[in-house]
Amino acid sequence: MNALRLIYHYLRIGVMNELQYQINFWLQLLQSSVALAVGLVGLSLVFQHTSDLAGWSRAELLAVMGVHILIGGVVAALIQPNMLRLMEDVKDGTLDFALLKPVEAQLLVSVREIRLWRLVDLVIGVVLLVVALLQLGGRLSPQALLIFGVALLCGVIMIYSFWLMLTCVAFWIVRVDEILNLFEGLYAAGRWPVGIYPGWLRAILTFLVPVAFAITVPAEALTGRLEVTTLALALALAGGLFTLARIVWRIGLRHYAGASA
Amino acid sequence: MGGILDLYWSMARTAVLAQFQYRVANYFYMIGMIAEPLIYLVVWSSVAVAQGGMVGGYTPGTFAAYYIVWTLVRNMNIVITPYAWEWRIKQGELSAALLRPVHLLHTDIAYFAGWKFVVILLWFPLAALLALIFRPTLNPSLLEVGVFALAIWGAFLIRMLLLWLMGMVTFWTTRVSALYELYFAVELILSGRLVPMSLLPDWARNLAGWLPFQWTFGFPIEALVGQLPPEQLLGGLLIQLLWIGLGLLLVQLVWRVGIRRYGAVGG
Repeated sequence: MNALRLIYHYLRIGVMNELQYQINFWLQLLQSSVALAVGLVGLSLVFQHTSDLAGWSRAELLAVMGVHILIGGVVAALIQPNMLRLMEDVKDGTLDFALLKPVEAQLLVSVREIRLWRLVDLVIGVVLLVVALLQLGGRLSPQALLIFGVALLCGVIMIYSFWLMLTCVAFWIVRVDEILNLFEGLYAAGRWPVGIYPGWLRAILTFLVPVAFAITVPAEALTGRLEVTTLALALALAGGLFTLARIVWRIGLRHYAGASA
Repeated sequence: MGGILDLYWSMARTAVLAQFQYRVANYFYMIGMIAEPLIYLVVWSSVAVAQGGMVGGYTPGTFAAYYIVWTLVRNMNIVITPYAWEWRIKQGELSAALLRPVHLLHTDIAYFAGWKFVVILLWFPLAALLALIFRPTLNPSLLEVGVFALAIWGAFLIRMLLLWLMGMVTFWTTRVSALYELYFAVELILSGRLVPMSLLPDWARNLAGWLPFQWTFGFPIEALVGQLPPEQLLGGLLIQLLWIGLGLLLVQLVWRVGIRRYGAVGG
């Protein structure tokens, strides 16, 4: 309960902070629109030359793109800024200030920052999903919607865990500028269903970087191609990665204490 | 004249020495960059396979060649960004540069050109690895190799001039990121970076014919990978020269007007 209140207050302060800079909303809107336009151009170029891509139709790929943009927005608004600040804090030694507070440190370092306007992408993603669903015939049972929600949540947890583990590398190697770059490159691969990638790359995108489960699986749920075993695997993987990230965080933290002493 | 050549030689050598020290960072950067062409390659190879082995004149093998050569051309394309320009003006670095007796453009070209030698050197092992994985179809003639070797430098110069022009917009306003986003999006689509030019619809290809972008990206790649006849290869180099000339002219023009404005702000 206490934790929820903490999250609420941090988010409220973050939101109020961001609301001061309303011009940033328009800049973000423009930037997101340009990115969306480029994505749509890419999609239509592909479908000018073929009618399906590895078994996915145009409307289905639009749904994949919707999930990709939606989760991308959540990551950029809520996860990435916190992790970048954590890296900075480790580098500068200012993580002490967070650690000294009488609350769970992992929770605290995960809610300190918010980039409100990046949530524009969340809205764009939802719009794309609605359009894709209408093109696909428009009927979505409450059950399918629920499964989609669960898959989406699993995806966000996986990416959070993955980011936290990447960030924890900062405890050992302080210079980690390239990590953001690397993540964005790999995340871009999720724009397309992982089924199109060659085997070795698919394995990387499934288990090393959980882009497959985070994006393709929710899209599968929405387009009615998800199997129960895949959903169970997604749940298990989300739980497993979260636990692993927590262990890595703990070990890293011990390393931090040793370094600053 | 000897003075300018001397400057180029020293700047380029400095860049080589400096950037070679950061070879690991440079390498990481190059590896991070590979994700983008890899995605295009996989998507278009699947389309080619679905269409019975060929689309827009490309097979999976020639797509592999296209996007592997892409990685080198992309690296040649990296020059001073408009954001660096913004920084230059905000931080007053430009004032110091103006005190020097040589045009800042010379310094920029020389430094980045030197850096490119390091990049090309680092690129070879990477390309070899990608070639092992993706098996490109590539058997260029001697002429094609020669034209490619020149065309990547033409591409470098054209893009340097274009981004100089974009960067100099900062003389007039500092709210420029929106303009840049739009510019980069158009460039991405119409340069051959997103897809080879032959996959664009006719109207887009016609539009691209009036713009310089394809001469910075698609042309060098196609010179090596495509089956261009000799007259198109040499004609392409000529068009690159034309764009370089036009770019130089525009840069001079905007620089003269802009620098006066800059002085007014700083004074």
